[in-house]
Amino acid sequence: MIVLEKRPQPSRFWSYATPVAAVLATMVFGGLLFAALGKNPAVAIGTIFWDPLFGEFAFYYRPQILVKGAPLVLIAIGLSLGFRAGIWNIGAEGQYIMGAIAGAGVGLAFYPLEAWYIFPLMVLGGALGGWAWAMIPAVLKVRFGTNEILVSLMLVYVAEQLLASMSLGLMRNPEGHGFPGSRNLQQYESAHNGELIAGSGMHWGVAAAFIAVIFAYVLLNRHMLGFHIRLTGEAPRAARFAGVRPSRLILFCLGVSGALAGLAGLFEVAGPAGQITIDFNIGYGFTAIIVAFLGRLHPVGILLAGGLMALTYIGGEIAQGNLGLPAAAIQVFQGMLLFFLLALDILTNYRIRPRKSEVA
Amino acid sequence: MSIPLLSLQGLTKAYPGVVANDGVSLDIGEGEVHALLGENGAGKSTLVKMIYGLVKPDSGHMSLRGKPFAPSEPRAARADGIAMVFQHFSLFNALNVAENIALGMERPPAMRDLAARIREVSETYGLPLDPYRTVGDLSAGERQRVEIIRCLLQDPKLLIMDEPTSVLTPQEVEILFQTLQKLRAEGTSILYISHKLEEIRTLCDSATILRLGRNVGTCVPAQTTAREMAELMVGSALHTPERAGRDFGDMALDISGLSAPAPSAFGTALKNVHLAVRKGEVLGIGGVAGNGQDELLSVLSGEMPSAADAVRLAGRPIGRLGPVARRRLGLLTAPEERLGHAAAPDMSLTENALLTGSVRQGLETNGFLNWGKAEAFARRIIESFDVRTPGPDSAARSLSGGNLQKFVIGREVLQEPEVLVVNQPTWGVDASAAAAIRQAILDLAAGGCAVVCISQDLDELMEISDSFAALNEGRLSAPRETAGLSVEEIGLMMGGAHGMEVAHV
Repeated sequence: MIVLEKRPQPSRFWSYATPVAAVLATMVFGGLLFAALGKNPAVAIGTIFWDPLFGEFAFYYRPQILVKGAPLVLIAIGLSLGFRAGIWNIGAEGQYIMGAIAGAGVGLAFYPLEAWYIFPLMVLGGALGGWAWAMIPAVLKVRFGTNEILVSLMLVYVAEQLLASMSLGLMRNPEGHGFPGSRNLQQYESAHNGELIAGSGMHWGVAAAFIAVIFAYVLLNRHMLGFHIRLTGEAPRAARFAGVRPSRLILFCLGVSGALAGLAGLFEVAGPAGQITIDFNIGYGFTAIIVAFLGRLHPVGILLAGGLMALTYIGGEIAQGNLGLPAAAIQVFQGMLLFFLLALDILTNYRIRPRKSEVA
Repeated sequence: MSIPLLSLQGLTKAYPGVVANDGVSLDIGEGEVHALLGENGAGKSTLVKMIYGLVKPDSGHMSLRGKPFAPSEPRAARADGIAMVFQHFSLFNALNVAENIALGMERPPAMRDLAARIREVSETYGLPLDPYRTVGDLSAGERQRVEIIRCLLQDPKLLIMDEPTSVLTPQEVEILFQTLQKLRAEGTSILYISHKLEEIRTLCDSATILRLGRNVGTCVPAQTTAREMAELMVGSALHTPERAGRDFGDMALDISGLSAPAPSAFGTALKNVHLAVRKGEVLGIGGVAGNGQDELLSVLSGEMPSAADAVRLAGRPIGRLGPVARRRLGLLTAPEERLGHAAAPDMSLTENALLTGSVRQGLETNGFLNWGKAEAFARRIIESFDVRTPGPDSAARSLSGGNLQKFVIGREVLQEPEVLVVNQPTWGVDASAAAAIRQAILDLAAGGCAVVCISQDLDELMEISDSFAALNEGRLSAPRETAGLSVEEIGLMMGGAHGMEVAHV
């Protein structure tokens, strides 16, 4: 028999080693899964992890990783601040949609005027849209003590209805022959969030994601507000004793996560997606929750986790196409990765020892 | 010589890094009240846990009335007639007395029969208790009665009591002692754990003294002075804090007509509290736990706001200010609960130094933290207060209770407060650390700081305070000069026996 023994303090070694061990364990067990499906495990694993980065067509896939990873990182950074303080914003998907609608609305309002200030105004609009949507659960929680998990989640479905209404009504392209969806912002020079360097996948959203990582790192490690966020999550009573005002922290955390999700929505609608459509949102807001936890709620960890998540998405698509692996097998593979990351995390706080036989 | 009721031979129990009990032997006779004495960490709890079947000894053996005795779990120990009243009660606030007792029984009888039994036993032993009262409404003394009666219903041969008087007023202690003497007269043996020496001298027939897990002596308490027993416990001559002659300065902290609602269903509301402390004065606030101590501390620390002019610091109304603003003005506090309130368990000592030290120590500029300075401050606390730890990077929870307490108190003392409020500054701290903490408090006062010390340890309050007041159900008695107060007067200030009477049988 083995027993788990709580460490006096978290192990620094294991907090870095567990992600690596989890990826290795996923490769081993995923390889077994692919072998059971009759595929060569080495080829399958290589297709998922190697080809998108260094394979023959990597020049096409690498930008895809940035495009997929950026919104995940941007949203997850915002969420992680709240999660650190025990404030659970589950509705980033809704804030993402509202950011996109608000930001695109600003751009479309100027159409067809061409001016340098249109895109910055859209960015502002996107952030404000997400922020305002997140303020609903925040204010309700502060004023009436409602549960922010439920309110923010429910507002996702409200935002989806609003998105459908916008793409069928108010924002529908007047020259679109009655098809649902707005004008394509990619064809509107002043509003287009194009690639900063052609062929790299780098758009403003990617830059914003990197800035957010740095901003969150400095906030959490060098600033009193970040210290208070961590303190509130670790010991709420000690935080009040230190002088933290819980309601202010709720407004700040939900506000920042909403604004960042809104930004992600704006960069997506003005860039890779191009237009407001009924099926504009594809779950970045929910996947970002996983990315936040995968990254241990640490800014640099989230950056790596977002990259890894995007990599398995792209790699998984290639494996489906090239090797004929079923989509379900890819999802199981991604699930394994999550499972091992979270399960091995226990080694950070506990050590495993064999149980000693007890003397009667 | 007759066979003792319970005999322990060479009991040893080691935990990783520490030997809790090292070859401890002792005999408890039939109908004997046996004291188990020792400082915190001397191994008293481990020893009784072995008797009660909660912990298995590594070596050694026990015998009960001559037969080998090795309980595998508390149920087996109870079946053999061992009962225990723990220091921390395991009662459900929302249930009534009879329901709580039924929960601990193997086969509880019908509620009406049980209630009748409770009434009968409680009156026989002079501990009247209404079986239908909700436990959440009972005082600490009454809750202890519930635990005692729960044990007595099993008709035990040996009753183990772990620091039973720490939650009682002197009058309640008197009632408890009468009960215990009645039990002894009926032939029940009692193993009585305490570090209050006077109590042991009045109550116990014999005493075993533990130090660092070893049995360092046995004595007959009535024939031994308290000082001799204390020196056996500590292993060296006792150092009592010194107090310099006092000259009080201007009014430092002034509370008038302070009322505050209870923060939770089982909290205590503060009712019309008045107090005044001058510079250089130590005000001791006694009272049984749960009579508003935590609430009074929250009102002073700024966690619980009050009417602006109900709390004045050097004449300035501060009732509406938050903790940070109060620290800036020099009002510092140290709450009772170390882990989770005074300190964040998983954070390092440096981070915990920052927790209250940021304002007065200048550990931040425009919100940006100066980690170097914070670490230096943590180091200074560790050195000045002899905190045993590998260094400022250690997590707060890795420290022992006494060491963390030294850190928490040291953190406030080194910030040179104008007014310091501490709640239970030496709770669970060993004697030498406690003496160091008390000395630090007295030194602060000598330097002109006003101190409010909330504590349940009356000896401590008598030792360090200039004036004394007691909290009882959220009301504070009028402060009186400590010198010349008698135990009876203190007991009455604490609320007497909480309206509980001894049943005369």
